[in-house]
Amino acid sequence: MAKRAAPEVNAGSMADIAFLLLIFFLVTTTIETDTGISRKLPPIEDSNDDVIIKQKNIFTVLLNGKDQLLVEDELMELKDIRKAAVEFLDNGGDGSCDYCRGKKDPASSDNPDKAIISLKNERETSYKMYISVQNELVAAYNELRNRRALEITNGKQNFLEMQADYDNVNWVGNKTKLKEKIDQIKLEYPQKLSEVQ
Amino acid sequence: MGKFNKKKDGGVPAVNTASLPDIVFMLLFFFMVATVMRQNTLMIKNNLPFADQVEKLDKKDLVMYIYAGKPSDAYKQYGTEARIQLNDKFATVQDIAAFIAQERASKREELIPFLTTALKVDQDANMGLIGDIKQELRKVNALKINYTTRKGNVFDRR
Repeated sequence: MAKRAAPEVNAGSMADIAFLLLIFFLVTTTIETDTGISRKLPPIEDSNDDVIIKQKNIFTVLLNGKDQLLVEDELMELKDIRKAAVEFLDNGGDGSCDYCRGKKDPASSDNPDKAIISLKNERETSYKMYISVQNELVAAYNELRNRRALEITNGKQNFLEMQADYDNVNWVGNKTKLKEKIDQIKLEYPQKLSEVQ
Repeated sequence: MGKFNKKKDGGVPAVNTASLPDIVFMLLFFFMVATVMRQNTLMIKNNLPFADQVEKLDKKDLVMYIYAGKPSDAYKQYGTEARIQLNDKFATVQDIAAFIAQERASKREELIPFLTTALKVDQDANMGLIGDIKQELRKVNALKINYTTRKGNVFDRR
C-alpha cells in the first residue's frame, strides 16, 4: 500500500475563533481621551502685596449659578465672548503695541501685556459651561497669536502649526529659530487669565 | 459525445471564503494593538465636556488622574451628588493631598515638577467641587492641571 500523505487540518473554524477574539477586543476597547485644556494654578502666597491694576485693563467675566454670562457688566451670549475678548486684548490703547489692530479706545486695555481677563464663577456653575467659557477665552488668545504668526512668517504658518511642528520629532527645520518665534509671539500676546476664588 | 458535455447548470458558484480568517485576523491585531486597558474602574458617570482649543497630553506616565461625577447606576447607594474618585474608590476632598503625595512618591524625584494632574470631570458636575479640588491642589503645590475634554465644537452640543 502506498504511503498516504498526512491529512490536511481542517481550518474552517479558524475564522470563528478569530471572530471570537475580535469581538472580545472590540468590546473591551475604550479609546482613552488624552486631550484637554491645560492651565496653571496660582501658587498660594502669604504676602498680600496688592498690585494695582487699572480697571480698564481688566476684562471681567462672571459666570453665575444659572450658567449666564456677565461680561464687563453686560449680559452676553457664549458665542459673542470670543469676539469681545479679542477686541479687548487687541485694543492697544496706549499706542505702545505696534502689531495691534484694535480700535485704540482709551477706555479699554492699554496693551496686550497689561490686559488681564478675570474669570469668576459660582459654586453652582456647571462644569460644562465653565469649560466652554475657558475654551472660548483660550480661542481668543489663539486667534490673536495665529494672526501674529501669519504676519511674522508672511502667511506661511499659524501659531498652532508652529507649535505642532515644534513638538513633532520628525520635523526638518531649525527648531531654535522656531522656538524663538513661538516665544516672541507668546510674549507679545501673553495669556493672562486669572480666576477669582 | 462525452467531449462536448454541457457544463453542469448548478447555479452561482460558492464564494471562496479562504481569506476570511486573514481579514478577521487583521482586524483582530488592530484592536489588540489599539486597546488600552483601563487602569481604574470608573464608579462614576464620566461624560466629558467638549472643547476645541485642546492640547495633547503626552507622557502618560507623568499624569495623575482625578475623576469626578455623579455615582453611576451601580453605585446608587452613594447618592446623586457629584463625588471624587481616586484610584478605585470614592474619596473626599481631604484625600487629594495624600493621593498626590503617594503618586509623587512612586515617581523619580527629578520628574516630580513635570507631573500634571488631569481632571476628568463629568460635564454635569458643578464648579463648587472643582473649586475645592483646585484649592486642595494648590495647597500641595501641584499646579499643572489639565481639564480633560473631548474634541468637538462647544456650540454643537447644547
